Amino acid sequence: MEFFHEPKIDWMGKKWFFIGLSLSLAVAGLVSIAIHRGLVYGIDFRGGTLIYVKFARSPDLDAIRSALNAQGVRNATLQAYGSAADHEAIIGLDLQTTTASDAIDKGKRDIMNALSTVYGVGPAGKVDFNNASPQTVGDHLLASDPLRQASLGSEVASKTYKDLAEALVRYRNTPPRSGLVADFQELRSLPQVNPATLSALTNDFYLSSYAVRNTEIVGPKVGSDLRRQALYVTLAGLGAMLLYIWYRFELIYGIAAVVATFHDVIITLGFFSLLNKEITLTVIAALLTLVGYSMNDTIVVFDRIRENARMDKRRNFMDLVNHSINQTLSRTILTSGLTFLAVLALFLFGGEVIHGFSFALVVGVIIGTYSSIFIASPIVVFFQQRAGQGRVGERSRLLEREAAGARR
Amino acid sequence: METKLRGRAIFILVVIVVSILGVIGFPKNFRALKENVRERIRLGLDLKGGTHLVLQVQVEDAVNITADQALERFRDELKIKNIRYDDIQKADSTHIPIKGIPDEKAADIQTLASDQFSDWDLVRVPGDTRARTLAMKVSAAQAIRNQALLQAMNTIRNRIDQLGVTEPTIAEYGQGDYELVVQLPGVDDPTRVKDIMQSTAMLALKIVQDGPYSSKEAALGSHGGVLPPDTELLPGKAESGRESASGEAWYVANKVAAVTGRDLSGAEPSHDINGRPCVNFTLTRDGAARFGRVTGANIGRQLAIVLDNRVVSAPVVQGQITDRGEITGSFTPQQAQDLALVLRSGALPASIKYLQESTVGPSLGADSIRHGVIASIVGLAAVMSFMLFYYRGSGVNANLALFLNLLILIAALGYFGAVLTLPGIAGVILTVGMGVDSNVLIFERIREELRNGKAVGAAVAGGFEHAFVTIIDTHVTTIVSAAILFTFGTGPIRGFAVTLVIGLVANLFTSVFVSRVIFDYVLSRRQAGEALSV
Repeated sequence: MEFFHEPKIDWMGKKWFFIGLSLSLAVAGLVSIAIHRGLVYGIDFRGGTLIYVKFARSPDLDAIRSALNAQGVRNATLQAYGSAADHEAIIGLDLQTTTASDAIDKGKRDIMNALSTVYGVGPAGKVDFNNASPQTVGDHLLASDPLRQASLGSEVASKTYKDLAEALVRYRNTPPRSGLVADFQELRSLPQVNPATLSALTNDFYLSSYAVRNTEIVGPKVGSDLRRQALYVTLAGLGAMLLYIWYRFELIYGIAAVVATFHDVIITLGFFSLLNKEITLTVIAALLTLVGYSMNDTIVVFDRIRENARMDKRRNFMDLVNHSINQTLSRTILTSGLTFLAVLALFLFGGEVIHGFSFALVVGVIIGTYSSIFIASPIVVFFQQRAGQGRVGERSRLLEREAAGARR
Repeated sequence: METKLRGRAIFILVVIVVSILGVIGFPKNFRALKENVRERIRLGLDLKGGTHLVLQVQVEDAVNITADQALERFRDELKIKNIRYDDIQKADSTHIPIKGIPDEKAADIQTLASDQFSDWDLVRVPGDTRARTLAMKVSAAQAIRNQALLQAMNTIRNRIDQLGVTEPTIAEYGQGDYELVVQLPGVDDPTRVKDIMQSTAMLALKIVQDGPYSSKEAALGSHGGVLPPDTELLPGKAESGRESASGEAWYVANKVAAVTGRDLSGAEPSHDINGRPCVNFTLTRDGAARFGRVTGANIGRQLAIVLDNRVVSAPVVQGQITDRGEITGSFTPQQAQDLALVLRSGALPASIKYLQESTVGPSLGADSIRHGVIASIVGLAAVMSFMLFYYRGSGVNANLALFLNLLILIAALGYFGAVLTLPGIAGVILTVGMGVDSNVLIFERIREELRNGKAVGAAVAGGFEHAFVTIIDTHVTTIVSAAILFTFGTGPIRGFAVTLVIGLVANLFTSVFVSRVIFDYVLSRRQAGEALSV
């Protein structure tokens, strides 16, 4: 089957409409960025402390906030996270609330203190099972030895308890628990757990009503280093692409491709600003992906232009570009449609952690495809027409080089 | 033709076998297979859970120590050579200005500097003929910094190894800011590890001349304001029974240590005769000889045990001690254990500062993986079924190529020992996108050639030939920029670049070569006049 049978759409005739659309999107994004006084960076770029906590019940964010305030920690951001049934929250502290002389993890300790103020600390001498690592669980089991393994030698014993601890922690981490066991009796559903093990566990551990799932602490230097580096390497990458396209096509093609890609990044960033979404490190990874994707799409169209130009030297350049876009249209729609499908799956099922990432890709795939046709191609057409009504000048030089290449 | 095709098919089979072995190894049973896969597909901390630390080695500390030592030596030499001066002091870590040198001694001081201080330059000070500045050579300072970084890295690695963290990563990070990245899989409370990594643990055992005094002033006062030569003033905590009002204790001790941390051959946590936690140490043969000499000559005197320039205890030497000793202080059992550990692993040449700390709890990592796997399966299934639906028989071809692409990618990550992180998965997604694109390009081109009335064989050949140019251009462009990301990027950006480069190279192979072989195979078995399923 096929979707398009030799379409004859005058793409270049509509270019002003789409260039206008692009400009308004870009301007809207830039205005939004300006109003927000720059992009909203995540903790990984801004520096600060971020802690993801899962609670047994719906978390009382106001109580945690007032506990933090009571400790003199202000400007904390507390927000529910994921679906309401998961009882998860992110607690964030900006860098400015911690001073330079403090240890880097002061913010984290403040938050942990606030949490134990609100939710209480466990019985003295007991360890919180919900926040224990497999190593800790294994060490405690090895010490209490509920399965009487000591007589079998220390090697056997530590292996047995390591496996047991891993099974316990895996059970704890598997949804629907996702890190939080409410009652030790639940653990009886595991075949490895017998009453002796259970009583050893209850002797050494307690169950808190919250579990820290993720901690992120970024010092000021790392944040600004990362921001600078992400910018520089992306620009360097674009520059390298420009050189390669210059070598393979013409300088103007390289410029057009880079401008189009740049356009995509600006508009995607604009969407982030308009929706007040944070730019995190994973979003940067998504932007790099978008740069690659957009470039790929543009080159496919350019390649067809080059090939057609070689075969038909007298054709009007604008017609030629239209024809090339039409010829590659079904591949463009197919590829971007399929990539969109894959990215959409990531957006819908990929979970909260990569939400910003998949959002950037969903926007990016659409914009990246669009810009090849409506930004990159018109730039080349515009330049070629100015350089001699699209018949002589730059284009003929390109053709000569192509011909020389073919002879070689 | 047939033999050529067979040769290519065999080559592809070899690649498939090598890739499968790369993912599963040589398992003896199903359990071992799962174990191998887990070992070879190494997940980053963001997926697996663990602690990620970025720290900066304060290398200037090491330069400062060297400069201090040079200052001491220079001062001593000036005294020996009988060269007078008004003032000599360290200005910063690499500059020591000397003032008021008599004109007739200018040549002597120059000779001294060039003969005995080869790492330093003696430079004139503009506008002051009687002043000179001893400046550390840039190359020498740089060597000290690099050495300090390396040594810190080794020390930290030793300490982490002794803590029993499995598969830690300790590597240089960033561009020349003396930063290290430390990754500790499975560690979800980094507090203790951080403390252990951070303790400088510079140990020195020094003979006490007198003290303790309750304050610095008291110590100086008892010597008339000037310390005896070759001694120094060390702070410490007052020991029970010798209570001082301030809780402080100051010792006047020999500058030269009897033994230092470098002379230790071992250190173990233990208990002293009163049952309090302590650390037992043993000395190397060399250290033992020196220690025996010093303790033998100073029976009845106090021996200061100095850790990081603080006296932790100052027991009285009861008799000659040679190859073993005991460090007491008011330690908890945990502190004694940690102190033994850091002493065994050697001192840090410079202090360290933490710049970043992130801990992914194992449950969040597990969640990310589960979500990621579900999303990838849904995405891949959607793409693959569409390819089958749209291109029929050739869709099978494309799906095989895509599948092989991912297999090679995962195997290569295993062979290179690369780690799969979230940004790495972004690279995989772009690879899949471009892989599908390559097949679409080829198939659309074949359809075009068929529409233009070419025979099936010629259409396939023409389709591949034309699409090849485009595929090379798109791939090389992206590989070039990914190579730049890999070279100049760190951490997450690098993770993206690695999977992308491997994925695209694999894709050039699968979509251009493997797909073509499958097409040729289909064509070779085709009845004359039968249509191609594309």
